[in-house]
Amino acid sequence: MSNDKTSLQLVTNGILKENPIFKLALSMCPAVGISTTVMNGIMLGLAVLFVQVFSSVTISLIKDFIHPRIRIPTYTLTIATWVTVIDLTLAAFFPVAYAKMGIFVKIIVAFAIITMRLEMFACKETVSDSFWDGIGMGMGFLLGMVTIGFVRELLGSGAIMGYDVLGFKPLLFFILPSAGFFVVGLMMGFFNWIETRYAQRKRGNA
Amino acid sequence: MKRLIRLILCAALPVFFGLTGAGQAAGLVAATEFGADNEIIVQFNTPVDPAEATDTQSYTVYEETDPDIRLTVSEVSLSTDGRQATLSFAEPLNTSVAHVVTLHDVGGVAETSFSVSKSYLGYLFSILISALLINNFVFTKYLGLCVFFGTSKRKQTAKGMGVVFTIVIVVAVSMSWVLFQYVLKPFNLDYLQIVIFIGLTSLTVQAVDTVLRKVNPILFKSFGVYLVLVIANCVIIAVPLLMASNEYNYFETFMLSLGAGGGFLLALYLMSSVSERLELARVPASFKGLPIAFIVAGQFAMAFLGFSGLQLF
Repeated sequence: MSNDKTSLQLVTNGILKENPIFKLALSMCPAVGISTTVMNGIMLGLAVLFVQVFSSVTISLIKDFIHPRIRIPTYTLTIATWVTVIDLTLAAFFPVAYAKMGIFVKIIVAFAIITMRLEMFACKETVSDSFWDGIGMGMGFLLGMVTIGFVRELLGSGAIMGYDVLGFKPLLFFILPSAGFFVVGLMMGFFNWIETRYAQRKRGNA
Repeated sequence: MKRLIRLILCAALPVFFGLTGAGQAAGLVAATEFGADNEIIVQFNTPVDPAEATDTQSYTVYEETDPDIRLTVSEVSLSTDGRQATLSFAEPLNTSVAHVVTLHDVGGVAETSFSVSKSYLGYLFSILISALLINNFVFTKYLGLCVFFGTSKRKQTAKGMGVVFTIVIVVAVSMSWVLFQYVLKPFNLDYLQIVIFIGLTSLTVQAVDTVLRKVNPILFKSFGVYLVLVIANCVIIAVPLLMASNEYNYFETFMLSLGAGGGFLLALYLMSSVSERLELARVPASFKGLPIAFIVAGQFAMAFLGFSGLQLF
């Protein structure tokens, strides 16, 4: 059961067409909770990328041995194992960034996006396709986190990656924890608006 | 079932009262309590000599967890009948910890110590209130959002999801506590926390699914669909992790999980009430659906900030 998509198509699918944050609206907790800076977004995004890729490959490797009725617990335990690996690694090598992210690294285990990709993709496709799909989904999540982090950090504290670029703070409100909901909501609305405008223009040209 | 509940209550109540009564010591001291945030009030059985009782040197006070750090008593005032002393401290006290007070040469007793603590029932209740309102998992910790936005469109769905989630989380976290205290901790297997906790949760979900299907098929028909969603909710893994890092005992763990479940139910119910109204409102086309739901949730989150600092006990 192989599909005819190239690896590049699989990767871009995750980044654009099925972006986990903006299109599928899955795994919103970190997008709201800790996306206050670009750096947080990159760190958590990389953690998710790692877990997604390794879980996809693992499940794809052992898919012939999994009884269909216990597949969901199997996915959960696979993800939990890889989350433990990344959790201990981050705690050992990046203690400062790890402390900032708090409980969110451990919570990757309950992210719907990873289980969903295992159920819909990795348990049917070949190992290499699953690998590229995992990369695409992970990158999509990473980019989503970085975009939200970029907007919040730029408008909230006038800085990017900790470097002051604006010299003033246009909307201090954006950096507050509860503003995460507003920022994500406004950005989703903005993307929807662009999409409808784009569709209208296309129709107008035709 | 009723007999079981009564049995549990009978077993639990003496524990509560045994712990709440810990503040009193026999003999000279009748009762103790925390006064204002830097005061301890001591009631004596008999009037004491003001010269002895108002001397700050007569008292040594420390927190039960740090016996080496002595808290300095800045002033002691005695009521006119000589039966109530108020100890003032230079700095505010951490009233969530039990304080041990030792008296030297007061009222003819060479030395007596007693501990001052808040009532344990009150402390348990404050854990519940904290998880329910002050640290509501959805609105102030931003957890469980996928399921939250997915199931908050109808009040009926919200109630079903909230109730099922509360039941599962209380059962799963109770089991996690037993396993954490008696297996993971004694054998130094802390690094297996995530695997064990999420595994127990999926087992609970599976067990509730099977039992409910056999015992009450009607209930299963209305609540069964939410069972699958429970496992995708981050709160279900956050609560046992929190329990493990705070080293809660069983009653505290129970209150925390009950508060987390109840808080999720509350958040879902509030959100679904607004969602039903939103369908009639004229929302801009590009904000229809999720974007406006996020903005409403943001307003709830700001409202819930108002609960911070709430202290009932």
